[in-house]
Amino acid sequence: MSTTDRLAVLKTYKLFINGAFPRTESGRTLLVEDKKGNPLAHLCHASRKDLRNSVVAARKAAPGWAKRSAYNRTQILYRMAEMLEGKSEEFAAAIASTVPGGKSRASKEVAAAVDRLVAFAGWADKFGQVLGCNNPVAAPFYNFTIAEPMGVVCVVAPAEEPLLGLISLLAPVICAGNTAVVVGSTEHPLATAILGEVCATSDVPAGVINLLTGLRPELLEVMAGHRDVDGISAAGCAKAERTTLELGAAENLKRVTVDSSKGKDWYDLQKMNSPYRIQPFVEMKTIWHPSGA
Amino acid sequence: MPNRTVDKVAVEARAASFKTRSIKKDSKRQGLLMVSSMIDLTTLEGKDSAAKVRALCQKAVQPDASLPHVSPVAAVCVYPRWVSLARELVADSGVKVASVATAFPSGQVDLETKLADVRAAVTAGADEIDMVIHRGAFLSGQLQVVADEIRAVKDACAAAHLKVILETGELETYDNVVRASELAIASGADFIKTSTGKVSPAATMPVTLVMLETIRSHFLATGQMIGMKPAGGISTAKDALHYLVMLKETLGDAWLTPEWFRFGASSLLNDVLLQLHRLESGQYAAHYDVTES
Repeated sequence: MSTTDRLAVLKTYKLFINGAFPRTESGRTLLVEDKKGNPLAHLCHASRKDLRNSVVAARKAAPGWAKRSAYNRTQILYRMAEMLEGKSEEFAAAIASTVPGGKSRASKEVAAAVDRLVAFAGWADKFGQVLGCNNPVAAPFYNFTIAEPMGVVCVVAPAEEPLLGLISLLAPVICAGNTAVVVGSTEHPLATAILGEVCATSDVPAGVINLLTGLRPELLEVMAGHRDVDGISAAGCAKAERTTLELGAAENLKRVTVDSSKGKDWYDLQKMNSPYRIQPFVEMKTIWHPSGA
Repeated sequence: MPNRTVDKVAVEARAASFKTRSIKKDSKRQGLLMVSSMIDLTTLEGKDSAAKVRALCQKAVQPDASLPHVSPVAAVCVYPRWVSLARELVADSGVKVASVATAFPSGQVDLETKLADVRAAVTAGADEIDMVIHRGAFLSGQLQVVADEIRAVKDACAAAHLKVILETGELETYDNVVRASELAIASGADFIKTSTGKVSPAATMPVTLVMLETIRSHFLATGQMIGMKPAGGISTAKDALHYLVMLKETLGDAWLTPEWFRFGASSLLNDVLLQLHRLESGQYAAHYDVTES
């Protein structure tokens, strides 16, 4: 048999929840088409129950991830960057198949995503020094403020720059010791579907990163109202979506951060690699420690 | 005793079929309320303390103050040394006090010590005794030893109900599960129970189905009802509802009461309460919306 006789081996894209690759519990699929309208793949159409299961997994993983040393989180984020680099061809091809701009644009996006992970791998054991402080107090106390993780944060990736946008939101969240439930780009979901393979091979503990592909409007409302979600980081939101998020979030005071970055903004290193991108996803704790005057 | 054999493939396929039912809205609410009323809320740990037992009993009597329509659970299940305290705490709430006895979980002491253990628990006020069978004797074919022990324990129980734990995770085959169930029933068990929760696998749906079928055969032959208690490993409301479906379709409505069916569980109740919160509010609840024990 010559090589051209081989049957095509197509990848079955699935969700990534609690370190495993389940199909959506709803059994629904979404058709992804290439730029010419030809069918490319059928993806899992995640339901609210998949979101719920992801939050349960993320909640379970949260204490363990928060307890990891900052240095270990650095290692794991860097490992993700390594694995992403190794799959950059696959990511670029998948992105280019649906996103306008061709293969060279997609390759540039993947490279930038790898670099973003490296940047936040570096911040994992350093952002605490930037966000925390010693506070001068007029009493016999040593008073200091440290940053602690919030818990479970939902990430809503923007439609454009489906990988770079996603990584730019996700990296600060997990860098700080939070666990994440990610809803990928509805329009260009392939990168989200492949990213699970990067997480699974990077020593990311089960449940720390959970990845869903589906229809964003369906999942946003459930996410916003979910009382066990502590924060939401979203980008590329229409006004109505923003309202949905903030209304739901008011219920349990979860913190909603909506990023309005567009196009070239995602490549702005000054802005995107800043440790202040981590700040919305930590809780500041101030400690009064008795000390001799 | 006739030597029954079990069709492993058919049992597992039938057990799996109960998981495909869709239970929503009002039937789900009713199912969840039934599940909570059937729970033997359990703490069986080396680190159990008076404070833990107090918290457990409080939760047993009133599972959730913000859901007043949730009735008390069926029983609390504790080690013998906590029986008198539990008895005092549940008072006349209708919650029964169950105690494991007979050198739980291994059962590896002589009969006199087992009987003393049982008498102590009964004297302290236990309504129900959960005994373990001598699996070593059972597996080496000394069925008479096992039967004599169960009979002696039944006598020591006096008015207390006897639940016989088969520890199916150690019995190797479904045929053994049938044999052990028949042996326990013939020797005076009021309930048969799958597991201690200390051995994996604990309760599974196929093993529970095999035991339910044995109860059915006994009922058809003699007219005597025997209770069933799966224990260990049932931690989600969804799992518990599947068990109820299996119970109804195997033994019928007569068994759908806490008098004839129990769940031995510690974390199941909280998942049931979280689901009930969701049915009330329309939003997924947070882990801090329910108490810990």
